[in-house]
Amino acid sequence: MALDRASLRVQKGTIHAVLGENGAGKTTLMRVAFGLIRPDAGSIVIDGRPQRLSSPAAAIAAGIGMVHQHFMLVPAMTVAENVALGGTGRYDANAVADRIREVGQQFRFAIDPRAIVATLSVADQQRVEILKALVKGARLLILDEPTAVLPPQDARALLMTLRAFVDNGGTVVLITHKLRDAIEFADDITVLRHGRTMRSAPAVELDETTLAATMIGTAPVVHTDFSTTSSTIGVEKFVLRDVSVTDDRGVVKLRNVNLTVHAGEIVGVAAVEGNGQHELLRVLANRAQPASGDVTRPDRVGFVPEDRHRDALILDFPIVENVALARAGETRGRMNWAEYRTTAERIVQEYDVRAEGVVTRARTLSGGNQQKLVMGREIETASGGLVVENPTRGLDIHATRAVHERLRQTKDQGTAVVVYSSDLDEVLALADRTVVLYGNALHTVTNDRESVGNAMVGRFA
Amino acid sequence: MTSAMLTPFLEGTVRTATPLLFAALGETLVERSGVINIGLEGSIIAGALGGLITAQSAGVWPGFAGAIVAGCVIAMIFATFAVLLRGDQIITGTAVTLLALGATGTIYRLWYGDAGAALTTPTMKAFLIPGLARLPIIGTALFGQPAVTYIAYVLIPALWWWTYHTHAGLALRATGENPEAAEAAGFSPRRIQCLAVLFGGALGGLCGGTLVLAQAGTFAEGMSAGRGFIAIAIVVLGRWNPLGAAIAAVIFGAASALQFLFQAMGWHIPYQVFLALPYVLTLLALATAHSKRQAPYALGRRELHFS
Amino acid sequence: MMQLILLTDVLVRATPLLLTGLAVAIAFKAGVLNIGADGQFLVGATVAAAIGILPGTHSAIVMLPLVLLGGMIGGGVWAMIAAFLRMRFQVLEVISTIMLNFIAMYVISYLVRGPLQEPTHIYPQTPTIATAAQLPRIIPGTRLHAGFMIALVLAIGLWWAFRTTAAGFRLRATGANPDAARTTGLVDVARVTMRALVLSGAIAGLAGAVEVSGVTYALYENISPGYGYTAIAVALLAALQPLGVIATGILFGALEAGASALQRDANVPATLAAVIEASIVLLVIAVGQLSRGWRRQTS
Repeated sequence: MALDRASLRVQKGTIHAVLGENGAGKTTLMRVAFGLIRPDAGSIVIDGRPQRLSSPAAAIAAGIGMVHQHFMLVPAMTVAENVALGGTGRYDANAVADRIREVGQQFRFAIDPRAIVATLSVADQQRVEILKALVKGARLLILDEPTAVLPPQDARALLMTLRAFVDNGGTVVLITHKLRDAIEFADDITVLRHGRTMRSAPAVELDETTLAATMIGTAPVVHTDFSTTSSTIGVEKFVLRDVSVTDDRGVVKLRNVNLTVHAGEIVGVAAVEGNGQHELLRVLANRAQPASGDVTRPDRVGFVPEDRHRDALILDFPIVENVALARAGETRGRMNWAEYRTTAERIVQEYDVRAEGVVTRARTLSGGNQQKLVMGREIETASGGLVVENPTRGLDIHATRAVHERLRQTKDQGTAVVVYSSDLDEVLALADRTVVLYGNALHTVTNDRESVGNAMVGRFA
Repeated sequence: MTSAMLTPFLEGTVRTATPLLFAALGETLVERSGVINIGLEGSIIAGALGGLITAQSAGVWPGFAGAIVAGCVIAMIFATFAVLLRGDQIITGTAVTLLALGATGTIYRLWYGDAGAALTTPTMKAFLIPGLARLPIIGTALFGQPAVTYIAYVLIPALWWWTYHTHAGLALRATGENPEAAEAAGFSPRRIQCLAVLFGGALGGLCGGTLVLAQAGTFAEGMSAGRGFIAIAIVVLGRWNPLGAAIAAVIFGAASALQFLFQAMGWHIPYQVFLALPYVLTLLALATAHSKRQAPYALGRRELHFS
Repeated sequence: MMQLILLTDVLVRATPLLLTGLAVAIAFKAGVLNIGADGQFLVGATVAAAIGILPGTHSAIVMLPLVLLGGMIGGGVWAMIAAFLRMRFQVLEVISTIMLNFIAMYVISYLVRGPLQEPTHIYPQTPTIATAAQLPRIIPGTRLHAGFMIALVLAIGLWWAFRTTAAGFRLRATGANPDAARTTGLVDVARVTMRALVLSGAIAGLAGAVEVSGVTYALYENISPGYGYTAIAVALLAALQPLGVIATGILFGALEAGASALQRDANVPATLAAVIEASIVLLVIAVGQLSRGWRRQTS
């Protein structure tokens, strides 16, 4: 059950935050509000009138606009075409452009209606999403994790825009998992957990500790700090010297990267989306080649990619075949299935993968168990190096803890680990030291939130 | 090269290009919605037989209507399995084409008996547009064709305008690029794709109808001869744009019509070369198009939602 | 004896379907949509016939392997054209293989009316191939030839290869999820798929050689009544499993034999078989998709 009698009361003319961790049901609740999902039970009341929101069109007609976490934009089309999408009759590009400029002026941001969306920055693309809702006459704006892809500077600019909207009589609902954003931005906060409404109150009456406890129901959500204080680090395992990295379209993402990772340490990578982190990780893991420069790495580097369904597992294959998949490119001659079976059983045992035997298909495992399997396989087949990308994406709190534990253990056993997460707090909690990717370069910074956060947007001490 | 040599060549070009153009215009819209319809060949052959059977009893113009309906029926089968049931588009399309080829062959033999009775049907005569048809060299080629060709002339700018200057066209293009965005804007991507496929089937049927009712005057099993696949190449070459498709179709028509030019010049080349030429040209066209970048982003995608 | 002839007739019809079915199954299993098995069959048949009509007498020990190998090379090269176009120019193999089908057809049309035509120049076909190039009959008095055994052995061989060899595993993984194969397995996905396509073409070419060498003893225009397309139904119904292809190949052989008989005796057109075969493919798709949806609901 995704939602269990969840309730939400939003006052007109306020900014209301819906707070919950991954899987709490906040996105589901908002998809119901936008007509993307029909609820099995319950009611929706807007301005005192009950509504049946059977489709996004109905929601839009009721004055609701939604800004999705993953933008619902067509990259190949212009801003005007994206905004106009959903109208009827003849499409007059000029009329739409005028309307865009008008609304933009009202809320104090300017976007070229003829620009192709693919060429815009992430913050600007988000503005286009907001524009879409405003042009369609939204009085209630729902934003799903809007600051997830924004550096702090742009997040503040967003808040200004939302305040201007509210001052003009609008209402805002903010979906987020970030405690700090909820307290900073919102007038009222509702906390969801396991699909239920746990608590709802004005922001002034709440503090971080209370909220954290309500969100997870047990101890506070603060990530346990695993960083090593004593230097038990060993030999150099990864050495990047003057490396350049390009993306699959040939655009240079990073230049002159110099990085060393030693055995027994976790190096964290912090960066705003699009700064070359995915490419860098793959170069480290030998899944991609650098455009130039020298790379020294262990023979076999384990790699845990962020999209495990696409890149790490063959869902229709049994567990044992997924284990055999690692390094399948190098295997010669016959497959030693007996050996693979033994290895698979060992991994399942040691990494606490809940499965009914190694011949069951990977598809039958839960997300957390799939991730444990992937981690186990990669750690077991690696020879001293491990690269990990958004390792706890989509996992609940228990699976997340297990993954973090495992990373710490691996580090203690002498593996050189590189971790990237789009969640800054996760990086900081796991890493012994942190590097930041910004402006086509890799920067070393002090391992505290302020320094790292600033560096991510280009403000260096 | 005299105009006596050029005119048959140009006439042949337009003649060959017309049915290809119908099929390609339809498929352009279909692919813009994110679907590859390999079953287009099936719509063409169905249209050919449907056109023949209808014209036999009701005359030429109703024959075209029958061709369009037959093409739609085949397209409906494809839409059901590939769009509604989300089957693999390539395999479904291939099955639909085989089904149509087998079914038309079976129906033709049952209806008209086996082997060789060359069945004829009344065909559409050339309709010379007064004045324009008398232009030197290009006159009869462009304006002395059967009336159905002039439908193509109207369709090209109409479809271009519809695609880029109406909200419906916008919705179609959005579906082919990012179906989730189309859905968030209030559309049903599946509905749009079904409608597009039906439209493509209608034009595919029209292509087949043109082959029988404006050109051959008879039906032969398999007479579509791969035109559905050539049409797909034309779509790619034309960069998924109705105007581009028109230009590409003319190029293909010209290549086929080359045999007239060669004959007139007295060059003797085995006739199989000209028969094979459209297919070779398709390969060359696809190889040089380097088109992956400009294809509708979600082309061929089966899952239209974040699951 | 009558039953034996009927049974062996089914097996004779099944042989090209078995071989082309295996060819298509391999390609599809690797994620490559080889719709060109028909053209590869034709080219294989052409090379086989060309070798078979070479002047001079040689023994069967020399001729048979040459003919069959020639067929494999012919089919493999024909598929390589599509593989190259895909590798270098990203041309969809679905379209290129179909185009090559038509081109192969016209090449044969020219050859059997020209350079390879039989000496009297009346019929559009090659002369009969040398006896040494003809596959022996397995059961005297029937048309069942050694090609059927070749098909069986090949099917079992492929089954074994998929189960035990690393190359077989790589092919399966690539077809199931090329992204995972690349990222996790460090598999050279491009090379695996291209090799699968060429191998597929070689087997289809072998099918053509076997048909010339075991049944027709000559090359003529309509030597393939669409085996390459029927093979798609054969492969899909067998869920792309080599051993399954043996069963479905024989099933379709029976279907076509029956359709032939129906046409002879009841005037029902044999093209009905194509309708049934295509419907089977659509049925397999529907069942597959509906059960997927059901599985997702209940998981």
